[in-house]
Order: sequence, then C-alpha cells, then structure tokens
Amino acid sequence: MTGRGTRTIRVDTLARVEGEGSLYIKLVGDRVADVKLKIYEPPRLFEAFLRGRHFSEAADITARICGICPIAYQMSAVHAMERALGVRIDPAVRLLRRLFYCGEWIESHALHVYMLHAPDFLGYPDVIAMAADHRAIVERALRLKKIGNRIVQLMGGREIHPISAAVGGFYKTPTKQQLTELVADLEWALEASLETVRWTASLEFPNFEQDYEFVALRHPDEYPFNEGRLVSNRGLDIDAAEYEDHFVELHVKHSNALHSVVRGRGSYLVGPLARFNLNFDKLPDVARNVALEVGLRPPVKNLFRSIVVRAVELVFACAEALRIIGQYEPPAAPRAEAVDRTGVGQAITEAPRGILYHRYALDEKGLIVAARIVPPTSQNLRQIEEDLREYAARLVAWPIEEATWKCEQAVRSYDPCISCATHSLKVVLEREEVDED
Amino acid sequence: MLLIGCGNRNRGDDGAGVLVAERVRELGIRAEICTGEALALIEAWCGFDDVVIVDAVVTGAPAGKVWRWEGPDMKIQECSPVSTHGFGVAEAIKLARILGRLPKRLRMFGIEGRQFAVGTDVSPETLRAVEELTRQLTEEEAKQLPTPVVEYL
Repeated sequence: MTGRGTRTIRVDTLARVEGEGSLYIKLVGDRVADVKLKIYEPPRLFEAFLRGRHFSEAADITARICGICPIAYQMSAVHAMERALGVRIDPAVRLLRRLFYCGEWIESHALHVYMLHAPDFLGYPDVIAMAADHRAIVERALRLKKIGNRIVQLMGGREIHPISAAVGGFYKTPTKQQLTELVADLEWALEASLETVRWTASLEFPNFEQDYEFVALRHPDEYPFNEGRLVSNRGLDIDAAEYEDHFVELHVKHSNALHSVVRGRGSYLVGPLARFNLNFDKLPDVARNVALEVGLRPPVKNLFRSIVVRAVELVFACAEALRIIGQYEPPAAPRAEAVDRTGVGQAITEAPRGILYHRYALDEKGLIVAARIVPPTSQNLRQIEEDLREYAARLVAWPIEEATWKCEQAVRSYDPCISCATHSLKVVLEREEVDED
Repeated sequence: MLLIGCGNRNRGDDGAGVLVAERVRELGIRAEICTGEALALIEAWCGFDDVVIVDAVVTGAPAGKVWRWEGPDMKIQECSPVSTHGFGVAEAIKLARILGRLPKRLRMFGIEGRQFAVGTDVSPETLRAVEELTRQLTEEEAKQLPTPVVEYL
C-alpha cells in the first residue's frame, strides 16, 4: 500500500508514567497534522490554597503535590522562604539537604530506569512481565530503590510525604551514627549504579536527535541540586529571581497543565539530559568516567538515551551521598530561626525530572499572599509535543500499533510527572486513510 | 503475623484497611500501614512468614461485606496497571510471586466500600466490618499462640 491519508495515532491510556493523561496524534499523508498531549484532570489549585497559610506550612503542603518527588517541593519551598525572610542556613544543613535530595534521586531514578523505562527497550508491557525473564535486574532495582527510601525516611521522618524539612533547616537532624549506618548500603548502591550505566548503555536506541534548548541549574563547584544559576546552551544565565522575566506559562485548550516556554524562543528541555549536558564537568570522577566508558559525552541530544543519563545520575547520587556522610558533623542547631516579615522569595531546585520553580510573597505576619509553582513536567510539555511532531513523522509507514508503542516510549523518556503538572496520560494516535487518487 | 492495612484515610471507605491496622495494633498485633503501592508492600512484608493484607474493595456487593482470599489459588485480576499510581496490591502479589518474595502464608481481606470521595466519612457499614474483621483476626491469632505454661511451685 502506498496511499497514506489521514490517520490518527491514538493511545487512550499512556502507561508507566506518574499520573494519567492521553496523547492524540493526527497524521495526514506523511505529515503530522496535530499533536496533543491532553491533560484533562482538574487543576489542583495548590497555589490558591497556599494563600493565607503561614510560611512554615508551605513545605508540608507542597510536598503533597507529588508522591515521587516531595523532597523537590520541600526544597524549593524552604529555599524560596529563606530568601524571602533573609534566613541563612548552617553549612551542615546545606549538606544534609543535598543528602536528602540524593535519596529522592536514587528512589525516583531507580523506579524510572528499571520499572517504567526499561520494559520499553526489552519489549515487555510492564515490569511484572519483565521480571519473569530478568529477575536479577528487577531485584537490583528493588534494592536500589529501597536504599533511596532509607535515606528519605531517615532525613524526612517517613518515606512518603516526609515531614522533617523546615525553613532554616530541619525539625530534626540525624546523628553521625545514623548516617554511618547507611554507608554499606550506599557502597553496594554505587556499584549497582555503575552496573546500571553499563547495562542501560547496551540497550538499543532509536536514532532520534533534536536541537534542544537545555535548561538546568549550574553551580560553580558541584553537580546541581539546591542552588546555582539557571543556564542554558543558548545563553541564558540568570538568578532564580529573574525566572519570570525569561519564562512564561501558556494555557492551551487541550490541557489543564500549563505549557512553559522561554520568552521569545519557545520550548525547552529540563531534566537529566539538560543537567548532564550543562554540568558534565561537575560530575564526580566515578560518574564522569563511567559515562565516558560507555561512550556518553555531552551534548546528548537523543532523548531515548536519557535512561543512560539517569543511570549516570544514580552513580552521582550514591557517590555524593557517601561523600556527604564521610564529612558530616551535626549542625549546632537543627535549623536557623526564621522571623515573620514581609518579603518575596524565589527558588529553583533540581527535581529528578527537571527544575522546579517556587515563588512566594509574604505579609508582615509571615502569611503567604501569593504563590507560584512551575513544576518540571509543565516545563517539558511543549517540548514533548514538539518531539512527537518530529518523531511521529518518521513513523508514518509503520503499523499503527508499533507507531503508537514508539510514541508512548518517547513520552516516557521524559519521565513525565503528570500528577505534578496536574495529574494524568492516555495516548491516541489517529490515522485517517484517504485515497491518493 | 504481620497485618498490613492499605488505603487512604482521607477517602472515606478507602481507609478501611488502615482502620483495621490501627484497631489490631491496639490489641497487640503487629500491624503496618501502607498506601498499597506495590513496591512498598513487598518491602513491608519482607521477612514475615504470615501476612494479612486488608484493603477496601469494590465488587458490587453490599457495603460492609468482608471478602477473604487465601492460598495458592488466589486469583489476581489480569489488568495491567496504567500509571504508577495504579501499581497496587494485585501487582505486588504478581511481582512477588515471580521474584519468590511472597510470604509463606498470605491472607487477603477485602472490605466492600461504597463512598470514596475525598474528605468523606467512613460509612457505618464499613465501620461495622472493620470491627467484625478485627474480632475475627484477633481470635484467629489467639488460636495460633501456644498455650501459656503455668508453673506451680
């Protein structure tokens, strides 16, 4: 058959993402006529119900936005509040926050690499089917994730929606002994992560490179978690306070999640690829060396290879956790004092799936009068649609089922957290046959 | 025995499993509370030979009915989870079975619920079922315990 008319790739329910949504792609002949990543769940209105709450509540309220990356929400919230209130944190607290983030990255990346993304490359519908043939690999994933959970539980008081992060520090900080007890597990996790890099690098990747604007934090001395300037490969170099001068969120009819764009330029990419490409020189030797060993060098422009980059970041997170534990001395006080006052504060931190922006305005009683949250998935949504527009055009000759599967895989490469963006993913690939005569 | 109560207390009858866990804890039985997320469940029962899971269910039966499933014939619905949010009790059992991580004895109790909206109360039928199941489980547990040896001097 040579005739290709209008066809629709339709995936009603996109699997293995955080939350639920749908994807609709319309092909007319060899051209992609329409791509819609439909986020149809109702808005969650967090920014509205933060108003009137005390600054000390924001970390616990916003942690509820996501069950996978609550620490990212807590970190962006407390840093923004500290800027609004002029609070300086103890260097030991700063280290503990990095350790806390290591736990979340290990949990989240292990989940995505092994449970959500790997089945795509190995041809399984889900991790349960994959486990039957790759038991040792799934066992490794479970143990890695558990080690991330242990860090989060120790630092945060509990695994899900941790409760220990506070403006100025933590409500409770761990003892040196408690952290030392994590070392043996983390040493195992570091080795397992190195194996993860080698294993993911051996997978087969579609040949699909795009010319992205990569956006990530950059810090002079370290691979970024909690602070740094926001930079891009197209010349962006700003403080968090300037974020809204350079980025704008757009409402699109088909989505309850807003689409963020760089003013005057459009879509951009946040997350592991952006961090890796912009901060390769800041990776610890162990992570940089294993990346080079498997042939991974910046700029990585193939989103499907994000699974390898996530594995490299797993190596980084384990090595960084070990470094922090090795030099840890408990802070004199768990947290610095924060006093009610009028102020505005912005912060950006690196959630596992990309930058997370928070801005708060406070009144003289320390109550929130305005809140703005831009989650990483909102920042990637426009880019996901543009990728699919390009990628689907290469799949027009494919049987619809396979094309649909590949499009789902492309979306999953982003590790979208639709729950954060609002909540959701279904995929629809529509194809209308027309007579070429 | 370890009892794992699954569910969300903020969603009406979905909290049934959590309520049972809290009740049996008061009566001296070891119990954990889980959202029902599959990987967390597999971790929670790791190292225990005798595990009871209690969760809210919807089968269409009258609210408050208590279902019991046990043994190797326990049928797990063949329905692929969509998002990670759907990766729950059934998937935990399927995955653990493949990985050889199922406890030697696994009993699953489902309490039929009728109201699950955010912020709703637990229905009276579910509350009655929670008490009934708590009584039943504590009685079963008592039978498992060795008879106390009393030494007369």
